[in-house]
Amino acid sequence: MDDTDRRIMHATQAGLPLTPEPYQTLAEQLDLTKEDIMQRMAAMHASGIIRRIGAVPNHYKLGYRFNGMTVWDVPDDKIDELGQQVGQLPFVSHCYHRPRHLPDWPYNLFAMVHGKTQAEADGQIIQIAEVLGEHCLGRDVLYSTKILKKTGFRSGDR
Amino acid sequence: MAFASQTMDKIDRDVINTLQVGFPICDAPYRQVAQSLGISESDLLARLQALLANGTLTRFGPLYNAEQMGGALTLAAVKIPAERFEKVTDIINAFPEVAHNYARSHELNMWFVLATETPEQQQHTISAIEQETGLAVFNMPKLKEYFVNLRLEA
Repeated sequence: MDDTDRRIMHATQAGLPLTPEPYQTLAEQLDLTKEDIMQRMAAMHASGIIRRIGAVPNHYKLGYRFNGMTVWDVPDDKIDELGQQVGQLPFVSHCYHRPRHLPDWPYNLFAMVHGKTQAEADGQIIQIAEVLGEHCLGRDVLYSTKILKKTGFRSGDR
Repeated sequence: MAFASQTMDKIDRDVINTLQVGFPICDAPYRQVAQSLGISESDLLARLQALLANGTLTRFGPLYNAEQMGGALTLAAVKIPAERFEKVTDIINAFPEVAHNYARSHELNMWFVLATETPEQQQHTISAIEQETGLAVFNMPKLKEYFVNLRLEA
């Protein structure tokens, strides 16, 4: 990433212009050519600096009211294998290995599930438990009760 | 929530589902997406504007990977006494490094994502939050990512 890439990032991290030719609009804002902007954004996308270009919904507004952070205590020597399997379940949006904080927090595997009803979320949790089987040493589910803040990841503009 | 689902029509749902997958890099990308949805470019732009304005969409544009940019991301939790919850929310949300923040049903009742440019700034921000709130911050950076798919069907 060079300075020009960073300028593009700062100009777009709040969103893409809602104009018929958004890359042209950006080019005018940044005093670059449209071709340069498009080429650089495509390159950042290819290298993974841009995960994707698209829309991020508020899951509550789409009717997903039961957003559960399911957390599991599984043996460390099994977690990579189990994490891959849980991540492949179609309703899991994120799946991570995170550190325990004993004694308060014994859980090391995190998987986010999203249901429009409690029953739907419960069914998803049962399916995860089935995948983990005897390796599940403990579990909990934390439902989000309110979004307190949700902005994109900002950087460099402080 | 009920409001949004009542006012969202089939085309809005198509727009959301399509735009969660991706968006083209070309001269007139909205026109291209609009054509694939069978609507006009101006209709797509108006719908996007409305979905952003009423909060159905929180963002539209490139989603940058903070770690690829050389930054540091972590998930952190705090245990806040009920009577201090609002006050602590204001303190924590005031940190620009706090990108997302959720109230959750647990003793650890607030969970937030910190995005900083360096691991040192992450540590510094955590210390500052502990100092300003007087509460312990449980830092839970990801050790490994198994899967990320941010799409939800509208």
